[in-house]
Amino acid sequence: MELAESILAGDRLALARLLTLLENQAPEGARALNRLYPQSGRAHRIGVTGAPGTGKSALVNQLALHLRQGGSGPSVAVVAVDPSSPFSGGALLGDRIRMRDLAGDRGVFIRSMASRGALGGLARTTASVVDALDAAGFQVIFIETVGAGQVEVDIAAAAPTVLVLEAPGLGDGVQALKAGILEIGDILVVNKADLPGAESAANNLRAALDLGSALAKEGDPPAWTPPVLSTMALSGEGVPELVLAIQRHREYLQGSGEWSRRERARLRREMLQLLRQRLSDRFLAVQPDGAFEAALDRTLQHELTPARAIEELVAEGYPVPR
Amino acid sequence: MEEPQIRVLVAKPGLDGHDRGAKVIARALRDAGMEVIYTGLRQTPEMIAEAALQEDVHIVGLSVLSGAHMTLVPRVLELLAQQGQAHVRVMLGGIIPDEDRPRLKELGVAGVFGPGTSTQTIVKQFREAVLPDAS
Repeated sequence: MELAESILAGDRLALARLLTLLENQAPEGARALNRLYPQSGRAHRIGVTGAPGTGKSALVNQLALHLRQGGSGPSVAVVAVDPSSPFSGGALLGDRIRMRDLAGDRGVFIRSMASRGALGGLARTTASVVDALDAAGFQVIFIETVGAGQVEVDIAAAAPTVLVLEAPGLGDGVQALKAGILEIGDILVVNKADLPGAESAANNLRAALDLGSALAKEGDPPAWTPPVLSTMALSGEGVPELVLAIQRHREYLQGSGEWSRRERARLRREMLQLLRQRLSDRFLAVQPDGAFEAALDRTLQHELTPARAIEELVAEGYPVPR
Repeated sequence: MEEPQIRVLVAKPGLDGHDRGAKVIARALRDAGMEVIYTGLRQTPEMIAEAALQEDVHIVGLSVLSGAHMTLVPRVLELLAQQGQAHVRVMLGGIIPDEDRPRLKELGVAGVFGPGTSTQTIVKQFREAVLPDAS
């Protein structure tokens, strides 16, 4: 298969083509990834998430610049996801605007992805795209989510190290206690640290973490306490410290066995997702024509709850006696 | 969803600082269902070609208001061809004198849009540039 071989030989255009095929879920892309997959598994995947406008792209730009050390550092890929319009299906992908410092460095590959209807902060095919970049030899892969609110936590399953970005002025101490995005952060970053309120944002996060570790003492001792760091992504201040924290997290993951636990959990989740998709496709394919639509009509008439409608469909394709 | 998802790079090469036109076009293409990678101001032809490669786009849309199109645009075309992307269609918008148009077309520019072109016209031409040779 020549696509896979070209990619292993370092052909960047072939890699870009494969990413498109994977995004479009074309069989040719799946075949090439089958060939490449044994080469993957070596990259450090780092998720970057946070609310819109917290500076994710600008921070990824600085992190990549710092890691590259002007060309001698590890190769870096960036997968930046922005939302697709629910109406037109189109998307405006603007993350590259903040990453112009990386242009001209052949050790860096940036790919923008539209979310294409997925709601968890990533696209459905982001995992395959990252696998391909990993197999192509990129050593560090940043995965930047769409501007995330509180529940877009797919990134936690996609990357073993997750940075959660905050910016000053986004909420008080109670926001920091809520379930969701903050819980998935391995490293918490208060970006735009030059703005007023940065200090209190960092303090709120630390207070929430302290509360968490006080509770955890009753059970297992926390193996990793997420550090709270301050950065200014435009000037690069705080970035060297953040890179160190990322490296420490990687060492922790590898030293504690957590790396392989997370890999296993990630793959389990991906396989279960594919299984569900496959089974539902197969189920629908063997239904008598119009059975699903008929059940849908009945829920639309408020005759059946959606749950009941599915129960009836699954009971061998015709309604269970009432 | 039978047709392929069209991907477009919208970029402003050169030094002029007016990106309103480019933003209007990017927005119109988005609303027409295309995925638009917007790279912003002051891009060199090298940056544009590299982004077109990494993003594997069908079309590169350039906006030039500075008058430097006769140096910038041929360079983008040349770089795209060098990196094996001669199939990428290049569209040009901005202040482009009529007398330059034949030469630009000859060099391989697929469409030139001056001020006042409706966004519908632009969207239609972008779509037609991709769909005939759709994979």
